[in-house]
Parts: sequence; C-alpha cells; structure tokens
Amino acid sequence: MNTVTKNRALAVVASAAFGLAGMQAQAADKAEVIHWWTSGGEHAAVMEFEKAFDAQGGDWVDAAVAGGGGDAARTDGINRIIGGNPPTAMQFNTGKQFDELVSNGLLRNLDPLAKEYGWKDKINPVLLNAVSVDGHMYAVPVDIHSNTWLWYSPEVLKKAGLEPPKTWDDLLTDLAALKKDGVIPLAQAGDAWTQVLTFYNVLITQGGKDLYMKIIKDHDVDAVKSPEFLKVAETFGKLRDYVDPGMQGRQWNQAIALVIDNKAGFNFMGDWAKGEIDVNKKVPGKDVGCIPGLGHQTYWVGGDVFVFPKVKSKAEQASQALLAKVLLEPKVQLAFNEKKGAVPVLKDVSSEGMDQCAQKGLALLKSGDYVPSSDILITPDMSGSIQDLVSAYFTDKSQTPQQFVDQFAAIIGG
Amino acid sequence: MKPLRLRRLSAQAALIPTWVIVIFAYLGTILWTIRISFTSSGILPKYDFVGFEQYERLFRSARWIISVQNLAIFGVMFIVGCLVLGFLMAVFLDQRIKGEGIFRTIFLYPYAMSFIVTGLVWAWILNPTLGIQHAMHNWGWTSFSFDWLARGDRAIYMVGFAGIWQSAGLVMAILLAGLRGIDEDIWKAARVDGIPTWRVYISIVIPMMSGMFVTAIVLLAIAVVKVYDIVVAMTGGGPGISTEVPAKFVIDYLFNRQNIALATAAASVMFVAVLVVLGPWLYRQYFRKERRAA
Repeated sequence: MNTVTKNRALAVVASAAFGLAGMQAQAADKAEVIHWWTSGGEHAAVMEFEKAFDAQGGDWVDAAVAGGGGDAARTDGINRIIGGNPPTAMQFNTGKQFDELVSNGLLRNLDPLAKEYGWKDKINPVLLNAVSVDGHMYAVPVDIHSNTWLWYSPEVLKKAGLEPPKTWDDLLTDLAALKKDGVIPLAQAGDAWTQVLTFYNVLITQGGKDLYMKIIKDHDVDAVKSPEFLKVAETFGKLRDYVDPGMQGRQWNQAIALVIDNKAGFNFMGDWAKGEIDVNKKVPGKDVGCIPGLGHQTYWVGGDVFVFPKVKSKAEQASQALLAKVLLEPKVQLAFNEKKGAVPVLKDVSSEGMDQCAQKGLALLKSGDYVPSSDILITPDMSGSIQDLVSAYFTDKSQTPQQFVDQFAAIIGG
Repeated sequence: MKPLRLRRLSAQAALIPTWVIVIFAYLGTILWTIRISFTSSGILPKYDFVGFEQYERLFRSARWIISVQNLAIFGVMFIVGCLVLGFLMAVFLDQRIKGEGIFRTIFLYPYAMSFIVTGLVWAWILNPTLGIQHAMHNWGWTSFSFDWLARGDRAIYMVGFAGIWQSAGLVMAILLAGLRGIDEDIWKAARVDGIPTWRVYISIVIPMMSGMFVTAIVLLAIAVVKVYDIVVAMTGGGPGISTEVPAKFVIDYLFNRQNIALATAAASVMFVAVLVVLGPWLYRQYFRKERRAA
C-alpha cells in the first residue's frame, strides 16, 4: 500500500513532466502504451506483446507505471487523455472504468476493425459485452482472470486427516479441525480488496449465479433482503473465526505463500496467485490445490483490456489498428496468457499445455458457468462503498449478519 | 512624497507574481473545488448543479463518520501526548545532565524519519505474528497478548502512539529552547522564596513559554489535519475501515473511485472545519498584532 501511494505521487509528477516532453516527441509511427504490468511475471507477459508488435513493423514505446492495482497508471493515462495528449493505447481492467471516457467521446470506436477481423464472433461474449457500449466496441480484451479461487495445501489437509472440501459446510468443518490442530486455518491478507474478493466468492458459489446477478447487476433490494443472502452473510461471517491475527498488514502474496509453504490450510485469491506458485517451483493443481468455487462452481470473468484514445495523426491511427490486431492474434494470446497465468479471450483456443487449474477454469467457461466480474457490472464508486462495508464486517466480529444485510441493501438501493 | 509612492509602486509590482499565484493557484482552486462539490461529477468535472446531494451522501457514509471520529481521537491524543512527553523530555534535558547531547540526538532522531517509515516500522513491531507478541511467545511467555493493531476498536490508538513517538522530539526541541531562554534570576528568586521546583515549572515557567507552546500546537495541529501517510503505511485504513482518516477519504474518492464530486465535498468540509477552528486564532495572532504595531 505504501509503495502504491509513493508510486502514485511519483506518477503524478512524472505525468506532468512527460506531458510536456511527450508533446514534442510524438513521432509518427510510435505506439506509446500505458500499462501497470511491472512485476516479474507480468513483465515477461507484456514483452510477448511488444515482441509481436515490433516484429510486424510497429514500434512499441513502453510507458509502464508501477503500482499493483493500476491506480497510478490509470490516473496518469486519464489525465493525459483529458489534457489532450493521449497515449496510443492504455490498459484498463475489464469493466466500467473507462465508461465515462466513452460517453465523453474520447475513445476510438473499434467497430470497423472488429468487422475486418471478425472479432465479434471470436471473443468470449461476456468480454465482448463488457467492452461494448450501445453495441459499439471500444476496447480490446486481452486476458481472462477469475478472482474466485480457493487454494489449499494438500499436505496440511493430509496431515490433519482431512479431505479437500466440496461444499461450504465441508470447508467450515475443515477449518474448525485445523484450528484445533494449531495450524493457521485460513491465511488471508489485510487489504480490503482481498476481503471483497472472498465475499464475492461466497456470494457467487454459495448464493448462486442468479442471486449474484440480481443483486450486483439489477440492484434488486428484495434479493439482498432474501434468506439466501442472509445465509451468504452468515457463512462469510463465520470465516472471521478462522483467520489469524497476523492477517492485518499481510499482503496477498504473503498469504498465498503461507499455503505454498504448508503453514496454512486455505487461502482465497484470484488466479494470479499461480504466479507465486510458479515462482516457488510448485505446480498449481498438484502441490497447491485449486477449487474454482465451492458448491456452485463458477468462473468469475474479469481481466484486462486496452483502449485506444482518439488521436489526430494518421500514422498513429495506423499503429493503433496494428496494435489491436496483434493483441488478438491467437498465437500472441497464447504466449501472453501462459506467462500471465490467465486464459485467452478467444473462444476457440486449445487448452493443451495449460495447468490443471487453468483447465478447470476453461471447462467452466465452455460450459457457460461464468458470471461477469463486479467491475464489469458496477461503478468504481459503488464498488468502493461495498469494499468499505465488507472489510468493516470482516474485521469486526461484533457486527451481525443482519446488520451487514441492512447496510448492503442501503448501498444497492442507492 | 513622490519617491515614497514610487517606491511603494515598485514594491507592489514586485509582488504581482505572488498575487497571481495566490489568486489563481490557491483561491482559484479552492473556489473550483467548492464548485465541483455541488455537481454530479464522476471521473471528469461536470458543471451541473445538484445542491447538497454530495454532502448528504458524505454524512450518511459510515466511513466518513469514522474518519472524522478518528481524526478527533488521533488529534487529541497526538497533540496532548506530544506536548506532555516533549515537555518532560525537555525538562529532563534542562537539568544539565551528563551526555545531554546524546540524549538530545536520541530524542530528536525519530523526527528525522518520515511518517511512512515510522508507520511501517511500528506496523511490524506491533504485528502480533512478527513483533512484540511473537518475540514474547518465543521467549516462553505464551499467554502474552498484544494485538491492538489488529483490533478494529484499538488500532487508531496505536497509530496515535506511533505519531507521538515520531513527533514528541520536535516539541522537546522547541520547548528546550524555551527553557534555556528562562532567566536564571527567576530560578534564583524562586529558590530564595522556597518554592518547590514543580511549582515553578507549572506556575511560572510554563506561562512564560506560552509562545513556544502555541508554536508547537500549531505545528502539531497542521500535522493532524493532513494526517494520511502514517495511516497508509501503518494500517492502510484497516482493520476494515477502523483507522480511516478524512484525507485518505478524499484521495480514495478522487483517484480510485472516480467520484471527484464526493471527494471535493469532503475536501470542502475539511477546509471549512479548519477555517472555523483556526480562523479566529489566525485573526488574533496576525491581524490584530499588525494593527497594534502600525
């Protein structure tokens, strides 16, 4: 968190400086790309884009802005777009983050390109929907991440004589047994966003797809007040008993590391946790078990996209078109996503060579068991309010499920 | 007459850049911020008018209420704690003890660190699985429990504690200078009259140093209003939202949550609150004195 803040401050300074420098240096066929993929694995992944783009005659100018969640990068890019000095392309999370840029006419309409390359038939419909506004395509999705995974240490479970859970009740029994044995039952991070992901995991896989869609997409207050949602709140509340006091101040990668090192039983985290598992030379699905949702197994479709701000220079428009095409080439998609720990956005890619967890995810995608991520369905503003509520509930055992439900209804009801 | 007026004119001319900066960069942005707080702006400024809608939402928000309460708790604890501890340290050093230089350096050292570093260090020391509690358990005292930083109802006091640790040295330096400025004769006179030392400090020395105290309080109060970095480094606002502060609310809504209208509403409330508290005092301190001097 602290580095994020520091980086943000740096990014603001940097964007001011680059804003001036960039104006003169905007050479004809360069493609300046803003993104926030700066960790080891992420860098290796984005290099695949750069290599492929340069091989086809482009000139990728990397404008990475550090900071895990991308706040700094987005602030930088948005300010440049508004200030009239847009980058050639810019990363966003799949979802509503760039909606306002679309409604203010600042982004390039990609329909002609989509028609030329047949994207509308090839891209996963959830993602296509997420990057379209009024039926027009405004962004190129590049990867699919699911945020709702439960990771477990097979060794810890074996030692305690437990089976991997199949339902939420199984999980609670296992957690109680681990707690008795003196192992950390559930290793979680202290950051609010990780607690929100855990909440969505319970909502989607215990409450079910329909309940999630009714609440998050349709903002149905009656669904929030239903007994099913109260049950979700109760289950989520019970998890509070099984986290350890070291949760506060722990980062997500330290939390998954406890499971990797067999010091903790379980951890809820998105599939980017595989990056950490790989770094530790372990195999996802074998050394660290993965469950894409207890009860209703569901894939939570989120990920990253690139938008292309409106630019005047014809040469820059041409390099935008080239870049968009390269990003969605099947070969490039496979190479990128393998290193990113994600799944390609194209419908017909072979799952050969992917790890067990990715296979499970892909199977759910093919069978239609997926929902759009909350970033796709609600504004960052409402997301923020939900985050405040969920993290307050998760860290304060004196709050009852009913109180949580009432406050949740107030947010959803607007 | 004329040369004087000319001189004044050139002085005014030299001040023009300053005036331009004050009017456009300070006043202009303040007014713009207040204007935006009455709109429905999201990620981009929009110049409609929605009345007090953002303010209503602000004061309905549990997080904002907690932020304001935390600011009050942190503010009182931080200012009182720094003053008391700083004064005691200053009195201790004023006893002409041996190795004063070493103690002075040690006491002032924490202030050389930023709030970010302070927050991070104390976050580790107070973390139950890394710091003091963990060490005690390793040494065999397994019933020892000190997990305030991980408890929502106590964490803000730990933030206040870390703040005091960092800033008390500054107060000590200011007050030590004040103590050194007290005339030796006063001490001699008090000794002749047989007044106990503590009484001299409370009834004579402290009132004589009121200027020093005001300086210290103003510096501390400014640190309280803008408190942000120590919270971000130490708790990130957690557990949950239990250590959130107003400045963090503004930054989060400005940059992450794409609601600049709500962020500017919160900023405006902070601005007005500071104005209400500090306004009369500033007026007394500067304007009335100036008039008297003139």
